[in-house]
Amino acid sequence: MPRIVVDVMPKPEILDPQGKAIVGALPRLGFTAFSGVRQGKRFELTVDGEVTEEILEQARNAAATMLSNPVIEDVVNVEVLDETASEDVAGAPEAV
Amino acid sequence: MSETTVQKFNIDTVEHAAGTPDVELPWAELGLKQNEFEEIVKLLDRRPTAAELAMYSVMWSEHCSYKSSKVHLRQFGEKLTDEMKKDMMVGIGENAGVTDLGDGWAVTFKVESHNHPSFVEPYQGAATGIGGIVRDIISMGARPVAVMDPLRFGAIDHPDTARLVHGIVSGIGGYGNSLGLPNIGGEVVFDSVYQANPLVNALAVGVLRHEDLRLANASGVGNRVVLFGARTGGDGIGGASVLASESFDDSKPSKRPAVQVGDPFAEKVLIECCLELFKHSLVEGIQDLGAAGISCATSELASNGEGGMRVELTNVLLRDPTLTPGEILMSESQERMMAVVTPENVAEFEKVMEKWNVEFSWLGEVTDSGRLVITWEGATIVDVDPRTVAHEGPVYNRPFNRPEWLDQVQADGFRASHAGADLPAAGDQLRAAVLELMASPNMCDKSWVTKQYDHYVGGNTALASPDDAGVIRVDEETGLGVAISTDANGRYAYLDPYTGAQLALAESYRNVATSGAVPMAVTDCLNFGSPEDPEVMWQFAEAVRGLADACQTLGIPVTGGNVSLYNQTGTTAIHPTPVVGVLGKFDDVDRRTPSGWQQNADGQAIYLLGTTRDELDGSEFANLRGHLGGLPPKLDLEAEKTLGAILINASRDGMIDSAHDLSEGGLAAALSEMVLRFGVGARIALDDLCARDGVDAFTALFSESQARAVVAVPRSEEVRFNDMATARQFPVVRLGVVDVLATALEVQGLFDLPIAELREAHEGTLPKHFG
Amino acid sequence: MSETPLIADLGGSETAPLTDAKIGVVTFPGTLDDRDAARAVRLAGATPVPLWHADTDPAALRGVDAVVIPGGFSYGDYLRAGAIARFAPLMAKIVDAANSIDKLPVLGICNGFQILTEAHLLPGSMVKNDHLKFICRDQTLRVENNRTAWTNQYADGQEITIVLKNQDGQYVADEKTLDELEAEGRVAFRYVGWNPNGSRRGIAGITNSAGNVVGLMPHPEHAVEPGFGPLGADGHYSTDGLGFFASVLSQLVGEAK
Repeated sequence: MPRIVVDVMPKPEILDPQGKAIVGALPRLGFTAFSGVRQGKRFELTVDGEVTEEILEQARNAAATMLSNPVIEDVVNVEVLDETASEDVAGAPEAV
Repeated sequence: MSETTVQKFNIDTVEHAAGTPDVELPWAELGLKQNEFEEIVKLLDRRPTAAELAMYSVMWSEHCSYKSSKVHLRQFGEKLTDEMKKDMMVGIGENAGVTDLGDGWAVTFKVESHNHPSFVEPYQGAATGIGGIVRDIISMGARPVAVMDPLRFGAIDHPDTARLVHGIVSGIGGYGNSLGLPNIGGEVVFDSVYQANPLVNALAVGVLRHEDLRLANASGVGNRVVLFGARTGGDGIGGASVLASESFDDSKPSKRPAVQVGDPFAEKVLIECCLELFKHSLVEGIQDLGAAGISCATSELASNGEGGMRVELTNVLLRDPTLTPGEILMSESQERMMAVVTPENVAEFEKVMEKWNVEFSWLGEVTDSGRLVITWEGATIVDVDPRTVAHEGPVYNRPFNRPEWLDQVQADGFRASHAGADLPAAGDQLRAAVLELMASPNMCDKSWVTKQYDHYVGGNTALASPDDAGVIRVDEETGLGVAISTDANGRYAYLDPYTGAQLALAESYRNVATSGAVPMAVTDCLNFGSPEDPEVMWQFAEAVRGLADACQTLGIPVTGGNVSLYNQTGTTAIHPTPVVGVLGKFDDVDRRTPSGWQQNADGQAIYLLGTTRDELDGSEFANLRGHLGGLPPKLDLEAEKTLGAILINASRDGMIDSAHDLSEGGLAAALSEMVLRFGVGARIALDDLCARDGVDAFTALFSESQARAVVAVPRSEEVRFNDMATARQFPVVRLGVVDVLATALEVQGLFDLPIAELREAHEGTLPKHFG
Repeated sequence: MSETPLIADLGGSETAPLTDAKIGVVTFPGTLDDRDAARAVRLAGATPVPLWHADTDPAALRGVDAVVIPGGFSYGDYLRAGAIARFAPLMAKIVDAANSIDKLPVLGICNGFQILTEAHLLPGSMVKNDHLKFICRDQTLRVENNRTAWTNQYADGQEITIVLKNQDGQYVADEKTLDELEAEGRVAFRYVGWNPNGSRRGIAGITNSAGNVVGLMPHPEHAVEPGFGPLGADGHYSTDGLGFFASVLSQLVGEAK
């Protein structure tokens, strides 16, 4: 069954308290290479049948209106994952 | 080097401003009026720099300067009597008022609004509202010990209401619960007048030892100025000015501000870190950063202290390195504090920061120049008299007049209206009316909301919602404690703002006294429409005058609060909504009185204190029928004082085991709530009450006459209780008895209402609408 | 009773404790119920000793006879509840002491329970409540195992009312782990009447096989003083939480004899 993956991140100018706390904790465990962490969300929308352009458009709309809060978050990626086709990602990632 | 950077970022220095008088500045976009801009030019004797313009524009906004309300708010000071000043350690003007509790203890509390931000982004708006008021409390040198949230939403079935309710309630819980502050009360009201203008007010209370009291002033020339807590980002730039000064308008998306995001974990750490600073006396003055951020903190600290401060702005730790100086000065990034530290304490101060892993940066020092000088890599970008920024902004005596429509509204009493026809009279009709009332959005059970708040943390919560007041123990040795209640009735204030504001105070006072505490101090959050509308301005002026007069009569001072204007959509303003919080004191919180009959109260006598009149205008019953007109119930502050004294003494002397004040929904609501509180039934007869006061059963149940309360008196105390009421010439009538075995509220000759049925109606409403 | 000071100096009791037992109370950044836990320890008759998460001193446990990891939102619950706190220097010492032959009694309450699972002292994990909301209520539990260091003063099967308040309180583990917990009698507490968060098999708290490490989501430290805690099933104020602290004292006194 194909799935559409939606990635949502806090807007760059918005404070990300989670990322801030994690970046503070990393060096205490010896992970010193990372100067920043931002924590986002990944959604997987399962589709019964083929992903048409119309369905993908619906996913983009859902991502922009419901899965993300446009006041504080950006949808950074909407793409199709079709595990039945191959290991490869079907359809190039699209920035929204 | 410095010149290169200044040039690279095109920094507008004072020198540059002096040499380029004709540069066009975006003062109008920043919300300044022409006369205000001209005043700034006159004060500086040159055009302001971009950074100065940013500072003046936010600090002279309605939200920060109180320019429209100041002339009226003065009454709170002018009408103070010596009696009211007796226990007031800090009054209006500081971050929060402070009241002496005795034994070296003091309490500080304040209510504030975060209305517009909560409409734009409900979760973060409500969360940062809690954050801001809690930092005000910390700034006084106190440990915050509790919060409360008076909330007002649009109609319960309006499509946008669920979004706001879910977001705002979880924002308050998400932030407040993470701070370890019990949420002990508040209000949840639904009325279509608040559609698109929800009222999200937040109250915080803190306790301190007298010696820990801190004020926001920068004293001691040579003392260092430090900024600590979260880094500065682009949060809410322009928010203070734009959001609070103008109605939110979708047609101007460019004015939509960057939303402030709260980090409750950072705030919790900041609380503990500040308390450790106070304990070791490491700060001379302290100020939280809220609206107008560094602009506000630097100008207020300097203006309240020796009058001078020098700050190097590039020392501010940034989350976003692209911010301009003006944006840094206006940023409303949360969880930040500014303090003044003597050079000797610098090392100790840094040790505390390191212990709590809090970032800090030394910005500058206190001077005696009388100027607030802010530099950018050494080049002066702000050179102002801080008083002109913080305290001597514009003051408007805005025109006001009594609305023309008011006579007509006041003439439209409930009884004579269409809505007042066919009132319930027979037992089954009254029974149905009680059920309908108790299931209505404003009278229904609010635990869907309050269950999302931690009210146990701290282990000092003696009473919390749904009791009349929240009660917090301050001293475990002695049981010393405080009670707080917040109240408002926008419907009453709409019918008569002078009396309406007084009725809000009277109810809050009554709630505190009903819990058994002695009322001591008042805080208010005055939520109104646009001050540029003379009719709204009249409502505001009347409400303030009413509140100040009533405080004088009751002998308790307003110690702090907040004004929120422009709560309107287009030309339609919200009901005038003065939210009043009263704080009272317990010598021992063990003497508190809960608001329902208890399991061990079988056979206790139920009494009604006070007189019931035919007062249904503006009532919740009238609201059920969609009617709003006439005059609010009669105010009698002397009766409120006597009732308060009876309730406090009866509680102290063990004469009553439970008490509940009568307010919205009248006796019907009070009896229902007392039954539901612990699930204990009662047998009631209304005949004596109806005969004495000359009212019918409907009026007895639904009238909202003031200065009334229901109490439960143990049999052994009945004589003493009656003697006390008689000695004070206060009307009292016996209504019936508590019956632990009865599984109902029985009103003799009229109806039996099983507790289970009442509970189902009462508790079903919010889950039905909000899941 | 001594007052709880405004600053988190948890010791300093002026009245002499009933026993000379010392019980550590751990504070992480974001811990909320440390002062409450200290009060409960004091009311039970022992001396609370504040322990600091970042303490790297070899004697960071300060010679305590037992440890309480109280509730709150350590590190804001960011990443996962307890996920950052478990790496604190003090936690390594607590894990060692709990697993040593001395079997240091450790009680994890709410966020403390989450930290104990992240630290693998107890199996399973907590996820968001099934109704997705924070919930604060008076909650009845059944004591399913009264042979642990923290439950030996309760009757087997006793129903107690304490406070439940959390956002991530749904206990989850795979079926095999759950079957093992049941078979070994390591389910210490189960919700009674209503499962308030969707926890697997109604589990409110569990113990390790030695019975010295116990974790639960509800808060015994909020049910230790009449009038400042939950209402019991009989409508009276509950002090049912005191039994946890009385239990560990009883065990410590027993060992000393």
